[in-house]
Amino acid sequence: MFDTPKQTLPNTPGVGYKPQHYSEISDAPGPLGWLEIHAENYMGDGGRPIAQLRELSQIFPISVHGVGLSIGGEGRLNPDHLSRLRQLIEWLNPASFSEHLAWSTHDSQFLNDLLPLPYTATTVARVADHIDEVQNTVGRQMLLENPSSYLAFAESDLSETDFLREVVAKTGCGLLLDVNNVFVSAVNLGFTPQDYIDAFPLDHVGELHLGGHDEDHDDHGAPLLIDSHGREVADPVWALLDYTLARSGPKPLLIEWDTDVPDWSVLAAEAARAASALQMVAA
Amino acid sequence: MIVSQAVFTAGLLDPELTAPDGLQDGRGAPTSKRFDVYRNNVAVSLTDALEGAFPVVHKLVGAEFFRAMAGIYQRKHLPESALMMFYGHKMPQFLKRFPPAQSLAYLPDVARLEIALRKSYHAADAEPVTPDTLGALSPDALMAARITLAPALRVVSSIHPIHAIWQVNMVAGSAAPVRVPETVLITRPRFDPQQHVITAQEAAFVTALQDNLPLGVAMSKAGAELDLGTLLGLLLRQGAITKIT
Repeated sequence: MFDTPKQTLPNTPGVGYKPQHYSEISDAPGPLGWLEIHAENYMGDGGRPIAQLRELSQIFPISVHGVGLSIGGEGRLNPDHLSRLRQLIEWLNPASFSEHLAWSTHDSQFLNDLLPLPYTATTVARVADHIDEVQNTVGRQMLLENPSSYLAFAESDLSETDFLREVVAKTGCGLLLDVNNVFVSAVNLGFTPQDYIDAFPLDHVGELHLGGHDEDHDDHGAPLLIDSHGREVADPVWALLDYTLARSGPKPLLIEWDTDVPDWSVLAAEAARAASALQMVAA
Repeated sequence: MIVSQAVFTAGLLDPELTAPDGLQDGRGAPTSKRFDVYRNNVAVSLTDALEGAFPVVHKLVGAEFFRAMAGIYQRKHLPESALMMFYGHKMPQFLKRFPPAQSLAYLPDVARLEIALRKSYHAADAEPVTPDTLGALSPDALMAARITLAPALRVVSSIHPIHAIWQVNMVAGSAAPVRVPETVLITRPRFDPQQHVITAQEAAFVTALQDNLPLGVAMSKAGAELDLGTLLGLLLRQGAITKIT
């Protein structure tokens, strides 16, 4: 149905690529098997970002991760954005393309955050329509990522895992399982993260994400975790990763670190820890 | 209780509004601090994007002023696309009319220069012609030639010393700005935009070339004081000429 990418992501650690790590990553990739980029940062017309990406794509399989399509938006997808995405995927031919179960655009205003949506039959249909449009435009399967949630909608009548199952069934898309997001949502909304993993359609997972979170409290003094991507992955999230890998088998595993980006050695240590977690299930 | 994205968005952008009804914590209790996480994410991410986009304006007004100003700017002008590297293109007009910034008359033009540098950085690549290409033309052919300039080339004119202001804020040890008008030519030999202060005549010439006028016509627009050889030499060395027809 869709074009086959030139390669797939290997079941090894990857990191979210930051330009400040360019020379270290190209010189000594260590346990790194692939890189992920945010699509929007490479939608300019040329210059250094695109040249660097071109070079890196000769060394590593690349995963294109969109943050701005607004898949869950009430309005139609922005046609300019969609066409820039198609161009990027055409020239780069990445190993994978993924986006978020979220919205970020309202009335042509881009809010630059991944905003939540209720889980109902109406929103299943809307998200599925948008994913159909994306997959038909870029000519390949996309992976849809589970969000980190800070609140719930009274109107929701589907669980998140049932919602994702229905979208997968309607569109043939794959899933990106962010293990940190599961942990953050579980603490914030008071469910058991292992139950979520048990209910998740793991057969459709093409990639796992891990990232750091911050700790805060809500109005009632209950713990409120913030998905900040600004520190090391927390220990209970590593434990939840082990739980997940024991059920899913090895998968491409990404470390995300987007704010207060550290020196390469710190990120490389996280990637090494991810490599050990993967080796445990491969053995 | 259905929370539309219009209602959600309105709540995000106006901290005076209470969180929309129909949002709750895991036990079904209403929650405002949880909605504030999204409010905060939007405000901080847009402010950070503007700080990254306008480092010199940021230095000129100071962090506290900039944050307050960015908060007002973003409520007036949200991004119109997800390409955050181009966010802030209305900053010059905004600053011109922003009462607290009126004492810094050069601020809007400095913002214009910073936008032009960013656009140049992300502009399309183009193979430059070799420096001997122009020399091979006869004088008549040279006057009739149309010169295509690189997509990364920009010209920014101001009645203020915008390049000197940029320089003294970004490069340690630069000379203090002198109150003179400055016109800046931006070129991008490979990946990093370069600034050159040019004369009004040189700017008129470059603008005429951008309008696709023949070189002879561009010269007459620039006037007799134009030092054509020096300017063409600069453009060629900077890889700013991509085609001669």
